[in-house]
Amino acid sequence: MATYELKTPVSEQDIRKLRVNDIIYVTGTIFTARDEAHQRALKLKAGGKPFPINSNGLAVFHCGPIVRKVGDQWEIVAAGPTTSTRMDMFEDKFIEAFNVRVVIGKGGMGKRTADAMKKYGAVYAAFTGGAAVLAAKTVRKVVGVEWFDLGMPEALWIMEVERFGPLIVAIDSTGASLFDQVKTKVEQNRQKIYADLGIS
Amino acid sequence: MQASDLEAAVVKLLRLAVTDLPQDVEKRLQAFLKKESHPTARNQLEAILENVKLAREHSIPICQDTGIPIFYINVGSEFPLLSSLEGILIESTRRATKEIPLRPNTVDPIAHKNPGDNTGYHMPWINWSLVKGSDLQITVFPKGGGSENVCRLAMLTPGKGSVGMKQFVIDSVIDAGANPCPPTILGVGIGGGADICLKLAKETLLRPMGERHSNPEIAKIEEELLAAINRTGIGPMGLGGDTTALDVHIEVAMRHPASFPVGLAFQCWAARRASATITGKGEIKITSHKVK
Repeated sequence: MATYELKTPVSEQDIRKLRVNDIIYVTGTIFTARDEAHQRALKLKAGGKPFPINSNGLAVFHCGPIVRKVGDQWEIVAAGPTTSTRMDMFEDKFIEAFNVRVVIGKGGMGKRTADAMKKYGAVYAAFTGGAAVLAAKTVRKVVGVEWFDLGMPEALWIMEVERFGPLIVAIDSTGASLFDQVKTKVEQNRQKIYADLGIS
Repeated sequence: MQASDLEAAVVKLLRLAVTDLPQDVEKRLQAFLKKESHPTARNQLEAILENVKLAREHSIPICQDTGIPIFYINVGSEFPLLSSLEGILIESTRRATKEIPLRPNTVDPIAHKNPGDNTGYHMPWINWSLVKGSDLQITVFPKGGGSENVCRLAMLTPGKGSVGMKQFVIDSVIDAGANPCPPTILGVGIGGGADICLKLAKETLLRPMGERHSNPEIAKIEEELLAAINRTGIGPMGLGGDTTALDVHIEVAMRHPASFPVGLAFQCWAARRASATITGKGEIKITSHKVK
């Protein structure tokens, strides 16, 4: 359980050092993307059209923030993670197409994503669900917003963060998953609980 | 009392709900942190408690998912603004969305359009009870999507009875895993019918932490299920640990002889709620929070 400070763009070499249960803090540029942004991004890619930002080595954050405009500058009010499993159907292709190195969310992701992380060199990092104020406090500046037509939660918010974290590495670039490890233990516990409650 | 006074009071309640976690929930989180043995789980609970503190200090929403607007209303038949109450609740929701701000969460399920103000078809959702007298009791209960997505209904056969209910609860909690942002609060509604048991399940999430059902037999099942869920090892945010649920609340209705309906409602740790009583004369008393 080591602690690392990462600066974007993150190199593949730095990502390959990380292991499940490590704690990381990210400084630099991250952008939010939820279901509809993932879908649109992959459609653009398939149509040979460009993605609006250079995402090489950046972190993508599964988050639909609350944002408000102060003067002519956007300000992040609250920005905790959303459930990542909804993005499982897109993330392997997204990592391949856009070369993101860190995927930040909550709740974990499946084998398809873990395989892509192993192949291309990326990690999944869990941020505490609901801890939206802690997250927002690390945002230094909203650099821009794309696809605002999708609505505030689904738009692509690009921001500069300082020591965004603590993030727990929950899938590493060997494909190991903390959530799988917990699931195995929970399965063993299920049988004991059944016996205690008289469930046959 | 003017409609605008009531509107302001409802906006205030929504603000309290989303920015100031009720004391009983915060104390429950602190008590579970004391008992928690896993380092990662402790790290998560500490982050949660730090976040709760910051949200309260700065009056910022605890979680960016400020939920869909749900109201529980007990309104006296003599309450002066009875006939305009629905419109006031809708307008308060619009104002709160802009002023607090809340995340605009209501999406048209067919057109996929977001009106941007948390209203639209059946939103806000209002649970009405008409009572005697001239007072209005109002509870706001903004409910997030992550915990709502794992809510379940089981129409069990009566032969499976309570044991079937317990298995359904344990299996649902394990299947939900990390997704509802554990530690969660579980509301279990038993009996009535498909819609009734789910309605009871959700409503019982409003019960204060640690308060048991008045029927000792049901209270015992609540404690038994809570202890069992906390032996699953799912832990805060599904990263492993002893703290998977903060409480289990059960409510029952009589059932049809052929049915054994069980509704299961999940609430994330950010159990946001706020209540007030507004008298017919327009006096406003916030009952859920200590307000300066």
